[in-house]
Amino acid sequence: MAKSILYRATKEQQYTTSIGLVLAVASACYALSDYIGYHVTALILIVTVSFVAMFFDIFPVLLAAILSALIWDVFFIPPRFSFSIANPEDALLFALYFVIASVNGALTYKIRQIEKVALKKEEKENTLKLYGTLLNSLSHELKTPIATIIGSTDNLLTNDSNLTEKNKEELLLEISKASVRLNRQVGNLLNMSRIESGFLNLKKDWVDVSELIYDVVNRLKEYTTEHPVGVIIKENLPLFKLDYGLMEQVLYNLIYNAAIYIPRYCVITVRASYIDNTLVIDVEDSGGGFPPDETEKVFDKFYRLEKTRTGGTGLGLSIAKGFVEAHQGTIHLENMTEGGARFTIEIPAETSPSLLKNE
Amino acid sequence: MNKAEILVIDDEAEMLRLLEITLESNDFKVVTAMRAKEGLIMAANHPPDIIILDLGLPDESGHVVLQKLREWYTKPILILSVQDSEADIVKALDNGADDFLVKPFRTGELLARIRSALRGKSGEQKEQQQRFKNLFIDLELRVVKRDNELVKLTATEYNLLSLLIRNAGKVLTHHFLLRQVWGPGFQNQTQYLRVFIAQLRKKIEDDPNNPDLIITESGVGYRFTGNE
Repeated sequence: MAKSILYRATKEQQYTTSIGLVLAVASACYALSDYIGYHVTALILIVTVSFVAMFFDIFPVLLAAILSALIWDVFFIPPRFSFSIANPEDALLFALYFVIASVNGALTYKIRQIEKVALKKEEKENTLKLYGTLLNSLSHELKTPIATIIGSTDNLLTNDSNLTEKNKEELLLEISKASVRLNRQVGNLLNMSRIESGFLNLKKDWVDVSELIYDVVNRLKEYTTEHPVGVIIKENLPLFKLDYGLMEQVLYNLIYNAAIYIPRYCVITVRASYIDNTLVIDVEDSGGGFPPDETEKVFDKFYRLEKTRTGGTGLGLSIAKGFVEAHQGTIHLENMTEGGARFTIEIPAETSPSLLKNE
Repeated sequence: MNKAEILVIDDEAEMLRLLEITLESNDFKVVTAMRAKEGLIMAANHPPDIIILDLGLPDESGHVVLQKLREWYTKPILILSVQDSEADIVKALDNGADDFLVKPFRTGELLARIRSALRGKSGEQKEQQQRFKNLFIDLELRVVKRDNELVKLTATEYNLLSLLIRNAGKVLTHHFLLRQVWGPGFQNQTQYLRVFIAQLRKKIEDDPNNPDLIITESGVGYRFTGNE
């Protein structure tokens, strides 16, 4: 941790820290010069320069080497307070000191450069791996409906005489379903790129959270025919300033996700309440829950649980997270002790003064 | 009655062809333009009964085309837009467009929008008494009944409801509703609208949480349906 902070220190910070450290150590040695003698001081100063070399670039390190050599010469080697060196042995020691400090600095710096390159390579490999996963899931998710559409239309255009009316109707239905799926996936990709671009402009306005939740639940009816959806809204919930469109997408993704992955006839419950100007929305299901060690990872881009059936780019939950975070809110997932999973959204939002009495 | 004539301005050939087939098979006469300039000339030479205008045109922004048309053209203009551009839609509606459709759209939706836009413009003199499912309203006597029971509405609730009903089938933006019902100073006070829509739904909808009369158009406004 400390390393990563120093690593990012600016040039100026590196120079001032080097100088400061050398001066501080030298002063300490000077204060103790009656006890430790000037030979040991040389070693202490070399250790200091090596320490600087572990974190900083080559020039601050060389500066530390030169500065410490000069300080050692002037303040420690007899005669003190002059550049001259009385003893030839001390002159040799001074020269050696300078060489050791410089070589030491240069070598450490070189090792760090190599480390940096290795780190970059590893990062690149990870990106490539992620890109590969992305391509796999994307090409599957996009190509499947496209294949259906091309195959069905082709069939209708060239094979018309062999098809019964029922066949034709089925093919048309497949085209229709595939288009809806394609549209949803493209929508996901567009939303993801909106988040990634960093230019997500919130259009906040007063939102009736109850209207929002029921709106989404009603829109998802065709996917929830086998899953009863309950909505529990705290009484006298005020209006909240939110981006309706984004929050709609968040809830859509969470409820859609639950409806797609939990077993038949499991129940989905959406709750809304508020505590201290924070809007809290829970989306619970009575399904099997998530593997305990994956409750954090599910929000990662392109992450998909192993052994899940196909369908989905692994973007739905990361979009939900991105949109909630754009509201300065948080979202987290937990497995409930009684079984099933619970997503909790908490958004600090401006609330309307109570208007709910008649006029 | 003569066939209503529709001018479609869109730069995508496939979209034009799709609209042509859909609309002609539903008894409309269709003319098309692929550029803003061409569309403006065609509209001026032979004013159609309704214009369908795509917001993303190559030679000029649809917003500018809308503005130029609205300098003289008073019949309905329907906006076509791509997903995720609520701000664009609201801007167009506030600048005189009558309604909008988001691509991709359903055929049923397209026809419903066109029909209600044509209805709204041709017969500003709406009938005084109207019925939507189990809801009855007399605009002259200011009476609203649900299942023949009188519905007690406050003045503001009634004004909001009658405004929606007089524009039935058409989307009305938040700004428009606020300005018309509460006055010019209130057009950004959406909290009033949210509260009153919720109250109205409680009084007139069978299931206020799953409304089928007052429909939310996400990020845009509200639409009164009931005849469709």
